[in-house]
Amino acid sequence: MNTADETLLHVEDLVMHFPIYRGVIQRQVGAVHAVDGVSFDIKQGETLGLVGESGCGKSTTGRTILQLYKPTAGHVYYRDQDLTTLKPEAMRHMRREMQMIFQDPYASLNPRMTLRDIVSQPLTAFDVASGKEIDDRVAELLKLVKLNPDFAGRYPHEFSGGQRQRIGVARALALNPKFIVCDEPISALDVSIQAQVVNLLEDLQEVLELTYLFIAHDLSMVRHISNRVAVMYLGVIVEITDRNELYNNPLHPYTQALLSAIPVPDPVYSETHQRTIMQGDVPSPVNPPSGCRFRTRCPIVIEECAQQKPELLQIRPNHFAACIRL
Amino acid sequence: MTYQLLNVQGLETRFKTPEGVIHAVNGVSFTLDQGETLGVVGESGCGKSVTMLSCLKLIASPPGEIVAGKALFKDIDLLKMGNEEIRKVRGSHISMIFQDPMTSLNPVINIGKQLAEPLIEHMDMTNEQARKRSIELLELVGISNPDERLKDYPHQYSGGMRQRVMIAMALSCMPEILIADEPTTALDVTIQAQIVELVKRLRQEFGMAIIWITHDLGVVANIAQRVAVMYGGYIIEEAPVKELFANPSHPYTLGLIGSLPKLNEAGHTRLYSIEGMPPVLYRKPQSCPFSPRCTYVNERCWSENPPLEAINDGHRIACWVDTKTGSNRQ
Repeated sequence: MNTADETLLHVEDLVMHFPIYRGVIQRQVGAVHAVDGVSFDIKQGETLGLVGESGCGKSTTGRTILQLYKPTAGHVYYRDQDLTTLKPEAMRHMRREMQMIFQDPYASLNPRMTLRDIVSQPLTAFDVASGKEIDDRVAELLKLVKLNPDFAGRYPHEFSGGQRQRIGVARALALNPKFIVCDEPISALDVSIQAQVVNLLEDLQEVLELTYLFIAHDLSMVRHISNRVAVMYLGVIVEITDRNELYNNPLHPYTQALLSAIPVPDPVYSETHQRTIMQGDVPSPVNPPSGCRFRTRCPIVIEECAQQKPELLQIRPNHFAACIRL
Repeated sequence: MTYQLLNVQGLETRFKTPEGVIHAVNGVSFTLDQGETLGVVGESGCGKSVTMLSCLKLIASPPGEIVAGKALFKDIDLLKMGNEEIRKVRGSHISMIFQDPMTSLNPVINIGKQLAEPLIEHMDMTNEQARKRSIELLELVGISNPDERLKDYPHQYSGGMRQRVMIAMALSCMPEILIADEPTTALDVTIQAQIVELVKRLRQEFGMAIIWITHDLGVVANIAQRVAVMYGGYIIEEAPVKELFANPSHPYTLGLIGSLPKLNEAGHTRLYSIEGMPPVLYRKPQSCPFSPRCTYVNERCWSENPPLEAINDGHRIACWVDTKTGSNRQ
């Protein structure tokens, strides 16, 4: 049953609030509304891009899907199994299927462990290999991410940022996962190295039939790697559709503003095109604006926006956006 | 009439480390005219920041050492200045803003005090004058309620706002040159766009010259008039911005431009990637430092380091190969 259209992951009304405690008796005085009712599907073998500014909840969404945080509400179905109801031991086994690649290749590798230790840790944790098998598997994984297997005895500080990110990828692949959350894997890398890592991720996807949730704030790279793209703002998805449709025909004013902010590497273009610059910052998720959350920065805001919470509606074929002005 | 503000010739900077001497800048020459914006592009470790820090004598010595070169600011060599002299130049004539506004601001002093300090120091203002001027400056960089916000501390500002404060501080003494070292790298695209627009507006209003250091070619295309691409401690290509993007000639520049995803890409194409990684230079390169990663490399590249030579009006490259034909240039 491996048809191309099979849904691998189904996220339903996912909510993640982080409580804020104050005072001596640690009374809860509020909550950070990091993710506030997010729903989407990811199909087998596809890449869903998740974009938005910092603090919009995209990383939290990724982590909550993997049950690294216990969601406040909502469900995450992986192959029809609800991850939110699984017992810890059952969830631990599910984790073999789903892995994560982190943003900072400097902080996500233990500096006191050798490459072999780092990459083999998932293998020993799940007891899937021992002794010689481990060495063989580590060598195989390092080759897969185009690192020299002879480096297995070295430590992370001996490697550059791009190479470290490859080590992180090798570790994530150790247990043959099917689904990988890539949390801004290239944001910390140099331009020429970014292309190397993106090409590697694409090659691996093809060879190993991986499914990615690709979180990033670089819209041009997201367009390159994704099949579909979801745009998040303050804990909610404001627009989701196929990548070409999103970039050619953005509907939500926030998506339009994000696209307009991309610096285009073409001096003639930037001379002839006036950019619409969005003013201000993302409001605090502790106390998000009423109604539409984007209304405080929206260029086409009207009075109703403050009262009515816009729903994610299908505006064009397979093109969903949440804005009452559409 | 524009005139030359800065003329750097043959600058070389080295660092002594336990592993050996690192040749960070290996003979960099460039000029900057009044009112001009020069973009300096390159990967981490290519020497772009060290070049600019050297010009202002902001290199800690030891381990750093400026071993050769001149940096003429209106015909006076900055590198020969004493500590007291160069301190007067920094801040009042040449200002610098850095990548991370949080580490450049003092977290335990409020914004008002930090803004007033250079004004009192360099412009001989009284406390009250400095306060008034600080409010004007915050208004200038688009911070609302400047009166109130002077009392706030850096952590009460968002990342974009902190960078605005840094810009306000850098502009406070009306410098003739503003050096911006990756000022938008840590910020979101939307905030980056705001900062870029702000700096462009301020340039028009005050006519200062800007050196904008970045690794983002998109930003450079937006803000610079002339671009210098650096690699391995050298400028390897320099051209007016339109010429550079229309006619990139050094293999490294070609690779950088090629590795960017195209926004108008219709089908799915593979990104061009420059294999390998930037070198760490424990000795001054005798051959072209880009040779190990270059796809056009030939015998001559491995034996001789190409000088920066004009191939066109205002367009200079340091490469033996004509990348259009693939054979060596005459």
